[in-house]
Amino acid sequence: MLAAQVLINALVLGCLYACIAIGFSLVWGVLNVINLIHGSFIVLGAYLAWGLYQSLHISPWYALVIAAPLFFAFGYLIQRIILNRVITAPVLVTLTLTFGLDLILNNAMIYYFKADYRKLTLTPPMGSISLFDVVVPVDRLIATASALALTGVLYLILRRLRVGRAIVAVRLDRDAATLMGVDVKSIYAIAFGLGAALAGCAGVLMALIFPISPLTSTAYLGKAFVVCVLGGLGSVSGALAGGILLALIEGIGSTLIGPAHATTLSFVLLIIFLIVRPQGLLGRKGFE
Amino acid sequence: MTRSNLILLVLVACIATLPMFGGAYALRLGTIACMYAILALSWNIVGGFAGYPSFATAAFFGLGAYTTGVLMSRGVPVGVAVAAAWVGSFAVAALLGAALLRLRGHYFAIASLSLIEVFRELVDNATDLTGGGMGLNIPLTSAAGVLSDATFFFYAMWALLLGTALMVIVVAGSKLGFGLACIRQNETAANMIGLNATLYKSVAFGLSACFVGAAGGIYAAWVHYIDPSDVFDILYSVKPIVMALIGGLGSPLGVVIGALVYLGLEEVVWRNYIQIHSGVLGVLIVALLLFLPHGLMSLRDRLLAWRPKRV
Repeated sequence: MLAAQVLINALVLGCLYACIAIGFSLVWGVLNVINLIHGSFIVLGAYLAWGLYQSLHISPWYALVIAAPLFFAFGYLIQRIILNRVITAPVLVTLTLTFGLDLILNNAMIYYFKADYRKLTLTPPMGSISLFDVVVPVDRLIATASALALTGVLYLILRRLRVGRAIVAVRLDRDAATLMGVDVKSIYAIAFGLGAALAGCAGVLMALIFPISPLTSTAYLGKAFVVCVLGGLGSVSGALAGGILLALIEGIGSTLIGPAHATTLSFVLLIIFLIVRPQGLLGRKGFE
Repeated sequence: MTRSNLILLVLVACIATLPMFGGAYALRLGTIACMYAILALSWNIVGGFAGYPSFATAAFFGLGAYTTGVLMSRGVPVGVAVAAAWVGSFAVAALLGAALLRLRGHYFAIASLSLIEVFRELVDNATDLTGGGMGLNIPLTSAAGVLSDATFFFYAMWALLLGTALMVIVVAGSKLGFGLACIRQNETAANMIGLNATLYKSVAFGLSACFVGAAGGIYAAWVHYIDPSDVFDILYSVKPIVMALIGGLGSPLGVVIGALVYLGLEEVVWRNYIQIHSGVLGVLIVALLLFLPHGLMSLRDRLLAWRPKRV
């Protein structure tokens, strides 16, 4: 029964991990930028959900609808005004730049919200359901379903919409896309905006489950790293596979050798994967 | 010896005279200045000469700090403990480098960032050895008083800086430095003409780690208390990069000037905006990258370009 519980926990957590990582993966894949603000976007999304619930009693499900356009606009502007100027620079410059932006955003959050841990508690609490001795909290289950839905939405955008096809085209071959009349700069900004929107929505969902503090942003960012490398870059299915694999490894690792070593395990795995299989589980080789 | 390397040595010599001018505060600032210059010069070997975007500085800083700390709390004298940190960091970095430096670009950046996490988690969980999250208390080196202690650590850090500067100058003028420049420009071509790129990169990574590790060791002995989130702080990885960017990538003199300029800015920011100091640091980084991407040294060229050309 323990095995079943570990498995279910991993599946539930894995979808959330995928949701955390998917925006990061999109930005990395399309813009070729390692976006270190991602973690702070997630925390900001969590604060948005918390604030809306505390002050206006808007439940987190509706907060998702509010967060998405807000974060899209935020990300779009950051890319257009700041990041776009150095987009062709080497990784050292873009990475350090996003680190600087992250310092600003994180410091602003510490300044306004303080570093205290907060928690969004729904009243009344939603309880949990149990099936054959396997217990799952309902709020966690709904968050997982929403995370899956978000990933699905991104998948549909990339598959069905014209702008989504343009994003994929830019990712595959920027020069060819330019020749076909795609406005690469605006696609970059839209992709970054989408990444930010996904991060904000992921933050809203995280607010239901985890404590909220500006200090947690690096933990989210670390998860995004590992999921992206495990699953492979820039594909929706890769992020899902990576998320579930990471959650499984953490779950099994915590059960066998203790929860303290779960993070070490995941990062060691990341480094091994980078060396042995840098394209990830579902990535294709030579497909940048 | 080129002129800029000569100026670098003169600059390092000038730093040594600092204790004559001020009290404890000048000593503290001088020690940090030396430490920052060591980190920036070391990073420059892998980041500037070989062109690999390494974010692993904090990992080796912490590794050296904990090696020294653990040894000293077992009764080993400070000199031996710091030397052990030097050797240990070199060995660990050279071995890891052989594996990690096969990655390029973004993947190497991510791997080197993750190295910090791995080391921190390992130290965090080895509570018996390192004290884990409670941190590690390190015994005082002597009971001679605060000021003489501070002077001792200032000169220790300064001597390490001198060692780093000499190492960088030797590397820059040697076959190793030439090989690293080849690797930066075109690694595949360098491999083709028979350059053992893996060996060169591993040695470079080791050299860029060992002085950082020793600096971490002196830092640990100096502040007497370290904990994982302090010495494995990712800022120790980013600050050297910012310093190198301020000064101009690749030039040892530029990097050291960058370190000093950065320290000055940091002091001003700390003193005036304690609540928002990391935000101001962020603004500084963003402004620097957007408006002065080639560093202060490029200003000189730009100013010179305004003059009419001599025939």
